[in-house]
Amino acid sequence: MNATTRILITALMCTAAVACSKKVKEVPPPMDTGTTAPVTDTGPTTPGMYGPGDLDTDACLRQRVVYFDFDQDALRPEFQSAMACHAKYLRDRPSSRMTLEGNADERGSREYNLGLGERRGNAVSSALQANGGSGSQITVVSYGEERPTCTASSEDCWAKNRRVEIVYTEK
Amino acid sequence: MERPLRWLVSLFMFVSLLPVAAMAQERGLEIDIVGGTASALPIAVVPMPYQGSGAAPATDVAGVIRADLDRSGQFRGLPERDMVERPTRGNEVNYPTWRVLKQDFLVVGRVVDAGDGGYRVEYELFDVAKQQRLLGFAMTARANAMRDVAHQISDAIYEKVLGVRGAFWTRIAYVTASGVGSGSRYALMVADSDGYNPQTVVRSGESLLSPAWSPDGRKLAYVSFERGNSSIYIQDISSGARELVAAFRGINSGPAFSPDGRSLAMTLSKGGNPEIYVMDLGSKALRQVTNQMGIDTAAVWSPDGGSLYFMSDRGGRPQIYQVSANGGGATRVSFEGSYNADPTVSYDGKKIAVAQGNGNNYRIAMLDRSLGSPRWSTLSPGSLDESPSFAPNASMVLYAAREGSRGVLYAVSADARVRQRLVLADGDVREPAWGPYRQQR
Repeated sequence: MNATTRILITALMCTAAVACSKKVKEVPPPMDTGTTAPVTDTGPTTPGMYGPGDLDTDACLRQRVVYFDFDQDALRPEFQSAMACHAKYLRDRPSSRMTLEGNADERGSREYNLGLGERRGNAVSSALQANGGSGSQITVVSYGEERPTCTASSEDCWAKNRRVEIVYTEK
Repeated sequence: MERPLRWLVSLFMFVSLLPVAAMAQERGLEIDIVGGTASALPIAVVPMPYQGSGAAPATDVAGVIRADLDRSGQFRGLPERDMVERPTRGNEVNYPTWRVLKQDFLVVGRVVDAGDGGYRVEYELFDVAKQQRLLGFAMTARANAMRDVAHQISDAIYEKVLGVRGAFWTRIAYVTASGVGSGSRYALMVADSDGYNPQTVVRSGESLLSPAWSPDGRKLAYVSFERGNSSIYIQDISSGARELVAAFRGINSGPAFSPDGRSLAMTLSKGGNPEIYVMDLGSKALRQVTNQMGIDTAAVWSPDGGSLYFMSDRGGRPQIYQVSANGGGATRVSFEGSYNADPTVSYDGKKIAVAQGNGNNYRIAMLDRSLGSPRWSTLSPGSLDESPSFAPNASMVLYAAREGSRGVLYAVSADARVRQRLVLADGDVREPAWGPYRQQR
C-alpha cells in the first residue's frame, strides 16, 4: 500500500514536472516578441497581471522616483505602495529588469555620497524583494552627487536630488 | 582723412589686444588674494631685465617669483612702483635704500642669452639687515620653460629664508564641468601650481572625479562614469595612454597611490558594502583592508606607506580612522565635529586636513598632531567646502568651494592667513589634487 502510494505520488510529480517543463518551454516565444504588439494586445490574458503597457498608464507604476531625507537611507512610508506595485510588476514579468540609480545631494564628500547613493539604491532593492521581487531582476548603481536634477544650493533642490530612480532596462 | 585714422585706431586696438588674448589662453585660472598678513616677511624682487642680443623672453621672471612668494602668505613683495633703484647684480646693490624701504630681503638678477634660443637667468638673494648675500645662482632654460625656471628660483628663495622646501614648481590636477543634463562635459586638467599652462588630460560626457597623483608625478588615477557605473583608470599624463584598473560591480572609487607607487588603495563595494582595498599594480591582486558595516571610503596613505587614513560612518556619523595597510582593526582619529570627510595627510604625517561639516556648513579644518596633544584649526569660511589637498611641503591646502551655482578652487596657507581663489574662465572647477615635487630632467 505504502509503496503503491509512493509510486503513485512519484508518478504524479513526474507528470506535473513534465507538464511544468512543457509550460516553461512554451513561455519563451512571447519573450522574443516582448516589445511587439501581440503581448499588449492579448492584454489581460491573466486578469490582474501587469503588462509593459501599464508602465506608462498605471498611476502607481508611473511613480519611479523615491525620495529620501538628509543623510538617510530609510524608505519613507509614502513610498510603500510604489514598492508594492513595482515588486508585483517584477513578479508578473519575470523577464523584466530594472536598474536602481542612487543619488545624493551636493553637501559633503563626493566619495561618501557615492556610498550614500548606493545605500539608498540597496534600500529600494530590499523593499522590492520584501514585496516579492527577485534580486536577480535588480541592479543598483550609485551616481553619488554627480547627477543632480536641480543645481541650486537650497533645501528645496537638495530634497529633489536625494533620490533613487527606477529605470526599467527590460520591460 | 577720417577713414585711415579709424583704420589706424582699430589696428592699434587689435595689436594691443593681442597680448591679452595670448595671456588668456596660456592662463586657465585666475588668482585673487583674499586675505593679507602683516607678519609676512618684506621682500623686494627687482625686475630682471633681458640683457641679451636676441628677442626678449615673454615671461617676466621677477613678476612670477614675486607672485609666488606673495601667494605663500610667508612673504610680502614690494610693489614694482616703489622700487626707486633697479640693481641687476650684487655690486649695484645699495643697502641703505632697501633699509629705508623696510625690506628684509632683496632679490636681483638678469636674463642673458644661453645659445640655441635659450636663456640664462642669473640671480642673487640678499639679507638687507646683515648686508649679506644668501644665494647666487644661474639657471638655463628654453624660452618656453621660463615659468618653470622662475618657480624653481622661488623654491630656492623660500627654502633659504624659511628652511622649508618650496612647492611652487609643482602641478595641480582638477576637474572642470560645464553644461547640464545630457549636455554636460567634463575634463580632467593639469596646470602649474599658479594655474598657468592648463593641459587637458581626458575629456568625458560623464562625471570624472577623485584624481590622485602617482608619486613620480607622471600618472593620474581617477574615477570615470563613462562606462555607466563608476570605474577607476590610471592615465599617463604626457602620453595619454590609460589603463582600466577597477570596474567591479558596485562602487569603484577613491584611488590613492602608495608612496612607493606600486599599489593603489581604492573603495570597492563588490562585496555588498563599500570597503577599502589595496591593489598590487603589478599583479592586479586585491587585498581587502577594511571589513565593517558602514561606508568606508576616501583612503589616503600615511607617508611611510604603513597605514591608511580613511573616512567611515561605522560609528554613526562620518569620521576619520586609521588602519594598517595590511588590514586589521581601525583606530578613530577625529573626535571633533559631527562630520569629517576627505582626509589629506601632510608629508610628515603630522597634519590631517578634512572637510568638516556642522549643520549646513562645511569647512576645511586641520588636525595638527605635531605638538603633543592634537589641535584643530579652521582653514576656510564655508559653506560648502570640500576635497582638501596638501601641497607637498604642507605649507598650503588646495580645496573646492561653491560660489553661487559654480565650483571654484581656493588655496589657503596652512596657518589660514592667506587665501587665494583660482577661477576658471568658464564652468565649474572641482576635485583639486596637488601633485608631488617635480624632478629635474
